[in-house]
Amino acid sequence: MSDATIQFPSKTGSEIGESFAVKLVLIAIAVAFLAAVLLLPLVVVFMEGFRKGAENFFAAFSDPDTLSAVRLTLLVAAIAVPFNIVFGLAASWAIAKFNFKGKNLLLTLIDLPFSISPVISGLVFILLFSAHGWFGPWLKANNVEIIFATPGIVLATVFVTFPFVARELIPLMQSQGTTEEEAALTLGASGWYTFFYVTLPNIRWALLYGVLLCNARAMGEFGAVSVVSGHIRGLTNTMPLQIEILYNEYNFTAAFAVASLLAGLALVTLVIKSLLEWRYASELAASRRH
Amino acid sequence: MTFSLLRRRLTLGIASLAVAASVGITPALADRTLLNVSYDPTRELYKAYNELFATYWKEKTGETVTIQQSHGGSGKQARAVIDGLDADVVTLALGGDIDQIAKATKKFPEDWAKRLPHNSSPYTSTIVFLVHKGNPKGIKDWGDLVKEGVQVITPNPKTSGGARWNYLAAWAWAQKNLGGDEAKTKQYIADLFQHVPVLDTGARGSTTTFAQRGVGDVLLSWENEAFLVQQEFGADKFDIVIPSLSIRAEPPVTVVDANAKAKGNEDLAKAYLEYLYTPAAQKVIAKNFYRPSDESAADAEDLARFPKLELVSIDADFGGWAETQKKHFADGGVFDEIYKPTN
Amino acid sequence: MASSSHSHAGAFREPSVIPGFGLALGFAVSALSLVVLIPLAALVLRALSIGPAEFIRIATDARVLAALKLSFGAALIAAAVNVVFGVLVAWVLVRYQFPGRRLLDAIVDLPFALPTAVAGIALAGIYAPNGPVGELAGLFGFKVAFTPLGVVLALIFIGLPFVVRTVQPVLEEIERDIEEAAALLGASRLRTIFQVILPHIYPAVLTGFALAFARAVGEYGSVIFIAGNIPMVSEIAPLLIVIKLEEFDYSGATVIASVMLALAFAMLFVMNGVQAWQRKRLGNV
Repeated sequence: MSDATIQFPSKTGSEIGESFAVKLVLIAIAVAFLAAVLLLPLVVVFMEGFRKGAENFFAAFSDPDTLSAVRLTLLVAAIAVPFNIVFGLAASWAIAKFNFKGKNLLLTLIDLPFSISPVISGLVFILLFSAHGWFGPWLKANNVEIIFATPGIVLATVFVTFPFVARELIPLMQSQGTTEEEAALTLGASGWYTFFYVTLPNIRWALLYGVLLCNARAMGEFGAVSVVSGHIRGLTNTMPLQIEILYNEYNFTAAFAVASLLAGLALVTLVIKSLLEWRYASELAASRRH
Repeated sequence: MTFSLLRRRLTLGIASLAVAASVGITPALADRTLLNVSYDPTRELYKAYNELFATYWKEKTGETVTIQQSHGGSGKQARAVIDGLDADVVTLALGGDIDQIAKATKKFPEDWAKRLPHNSSPYTSTIVFLVHKGNPKGIKDWGDLVKEGVQVITPNPKTSGGARWNYLAAWAWAQKNLGGDEAKTKQYIADLFQHVPVLDTGARGSTTTFAQRGVGDVLLSWENEAFLVQQEFGADKFDIVIPSLSIRAEPPVTVVDANAKAKGNEDLAKAYLEYLYTPAAQKVIAKNFYRPSDESAADAEDLARFPKLELVSIDADFGGWAETQKKHFADGGVFDEIYKPTN
Repeated sequence: MASSSHSHAGAFREPSVIPGFGLALGFAVSALSLVVLIPLAALVLRALSIGPAEFIRIATDARVLAALKLSFGAALIAAAVNVVFGVLVAWVLVRYQFPGRRLLDAIVDLPFALPTAVAGIALAGIYAPNGPVGELAGLFGFKVAFTPLGVVLALIFIGLPFVVRTVQPVLEEIERDIEEAAALLGASRLRTIFQVILPHIYPAVLTGFALAFARAVGEYGSVIFIAGNIPMVSEIAPLLIVIKLEEFDYSGATVIASVMLALAFAMLFVMNGVQAWQRKRLGNV
C-alpha cells in the first residue's frame, strides 16, 4: 500500500477513538466473554490437577503408561508437524504466487479437513486399512500394521492438522504478491535462493504461528485418534486418550494433571510467540507494510 | 531467524523425545505379551487379575508374561477387534458383542460360549439402583422410576453394553408386573426413557453425570460399578437400592483363536481364561465387586455384599442375544421406536 | 500485480517468471491426494455402494434429519455469537492497552490446544446444574449443560479462535489515517465504524464465520460430554455416526458422513469463491 500523501495534523488515537467509558465497557464485555468461555475451563483444568497438592500432580507423571503416552504424542507431533510444514510451503507457493485453473477447488480441498468431523477422519482410515478395508488383506499378508498402531495414529493426526500451516501462509503470501521475488530473480538469484532469502523472511511470523497451531492441535487431537488407536495401554494411547482413561478410572487428579501439561505447553508456546512478536514489533511492522 | 528458531524447536523436540525415551520405564523384557480387549468397568478387576496370573504363570512355567489391556465401550471394542485389533482374548460386557466378532471375522467358532463353564462367564453381575443418600425420592423398585419428577440416568443402549442390561432388566420387570402385555411393557419402557435427561455413551460417562454433575435422582448401574462409586466418592453420599427383580448380567470371555495362533499364544490365552475359574482368581473377582461363579475361596465379607434377589437370564427369559439384539436394539428395533416422533 | 489481467483463455496457468510451480503444485497435490482425497473417496464410494434408494432412506430418516438440523443449527448460532464477540475481542485486543491483554491474547488459541474431550469435561463441570455457573443460571431458570444450549456453548468454545485470529491481523493493518480522515471530515465515531472499518474487515469476518461454522458442524469430543445426547433433542450428527458404527452398520455411518462431507464442501467452496471474487474486485488487497 502506498503511504498516505496528505499529512493531517497529528492526532492521537484517543481523540478519534472511543470515550474512556465506552472503552471500559467494551473491555469489560470482552474480558467477561473470554472468562466465561475460555478462562474458566482452563482454570478448572489446573485447579482439578492441583486439587490434591503439587505432589499428586507430579506423581501423575511417574505412571509408565502416562509416560509412554507422552512419548507417543511427541513422536506423532514430530512426524506430523514437519510434514505439514513442507506441504504448507509447497501449497502456498503454488497457490499464492501463480494463477491457474482449479485454484479455488484446490483451496477448498485443503480446507476440507477443518470441517470434517473427527469421527469421520478416523472412519476413513478404518475403511482403507482395517481388516475389511481396501488395503486390509494386502497389509495383513505383508505384515504391515497401520490401524491400531502408530502409523494409523500419525495418519489421522496429519489428516486433522493438514490445513493449519497452509491456511496461515496462503492469505499472507497472496497479499504480498510476487514483486519482490520477481526483483530477486531479475537480479540473477536462483529460485531456491529467492525462496530462502526473500520469501521466507517475509512469511516467518505466519509460518511460526501456523507451526505452533499445527503442533498444538496435533498433540491435542482426540476424536480421530480415538477411532484408530485401539486403546492399548502403554502402547497406542496418546496423551488425550490417556486423559480419557484416567478420567474413566475416577483418577481425576491425574487426568487433569496430564490435561494441564497439554494446556500449559500450548500456553507457554503462545506466550513465547507473543513475546517474540513484541520484541520484534518494529521489524514485524516493516514486513507488514508490503 | 525463523529457521534457527525452528531448528531450535526441532532439536528441543527431539531432545525431549530422547529424554522421554530414556527415562520412560520400558516394561521388563517379556517372553510373551498377551492382549486382553475388555470393556469399561473391568479396569480395576483386570489390573488385579493380571498380576495374579503373571505370578502364577511365572511359577508354573518360568516364563515372564506381560498382559496388555485395552478398555472401552463393549460395542466399540468389538468393532475394533473386527477391524483388526490383534486381541488374544476378548472379555466383553455381553455375549452379543462376541457373537458379532465370531460372525464377522470367523476367527473362532460361533458356539464359543460352550467352550468354558457357565456360558463362558467366569463372573456375573446384576443391575441395581444408585440413589442419593437417604433416598429422598423414595425409590424402591422399577415402578418408581416413572413417577412424576423422577429423573433416571442410564447410558445409551446403542453404545453401551451395560445399558442393554439396564434396559432388559426393566423390560423383564414390566413384563412380569404388567401381566405379560407386550404393548404395556413397551409403554413402560418408553415412559422410562422419557425420564432420562442425559444419555451418555458409556457406563462410566453416566456414573460421572450422576455422581459428579449431580444430575438425576437414580442411576441404573452395574452392581460392581455401584459399589465402586461408593468406594470412590464416599459411602456417605450414595445408597444402593436393590429392586424386586433384576437380570443376571453375564460378561463372557473367549480366546480369539486365529489371533492367538498367529502370535503363538494359543496355550497362554487358554490358560489365562481358564485360570479365571480357579478359587484364587474367584477371590479377586469377589473383591472387585463381581459375583464369583465359585464362592468357595472368596472372603465372607466380600460375599456378604451381594444381596439375594430374583434374577432373570438372557438365555432362559429372552431367548439369547441374537434374538434380543434383533428385536430390541438393532436399527428399527423397539428401542428406536421409543424415540420415533409421535404424530 | 497478480491482477495483470491478460487472461490466457485455454491455458492451464498464466505465465510467470517465478520458478517452482511444477514442483510446488506437484508435491501439494500428491500430499493432498494421499492424505485427504483417497481416504475421502473410500468413504463416498462405500456410501454409494448401497444404492440410491437405500442412501436416501437413511439420509432422510427423521432421527438423522433431526441430528443434522441440530449440528448445523447449533453451529450456525455458535458461529454468529462468535462473530459478534470475536470481532469485539479482536477489537479490544488490537486497539486498547490494559493489564492482562497479552495473557488474554494467548488464551484465545486455547481451544486449538486443549483436547476436545477435556474441554467438554471442563465445560460440563462448570455449566452443570451443580457447577458454579450452572447453579447461577439455574436461579434464573436456565439450564445450560445437557440441553441444546450446552451444544451451542461447546461449539462457541471450539470456534472462537477462528473469528478472532482472522479478524485481528486485518484490524491491525487498517491505517489509522483513514479513520482520522473520516473523523476530520466530520463523521461521527459510529458512522466511521460502520462505513469505514466494517467494510474493511468484512471479508475477514466472513472467513472467520465460515471457518468457525465449518469446524463446529463436525465437532464431537467436547459436545458429547455436555449435550445430554437425547435422540431428536440433543443428539448431534457425529454421535449418530458413532452409534451406526457400534451397530456394525458401516454403510449407514458412511451415508451420514457423506451427507455432512458434501454440505461442508459446498459451504467452503462458496466461501472461497466469494473471497476470490472479493480479491479481484478490490484489486488484490
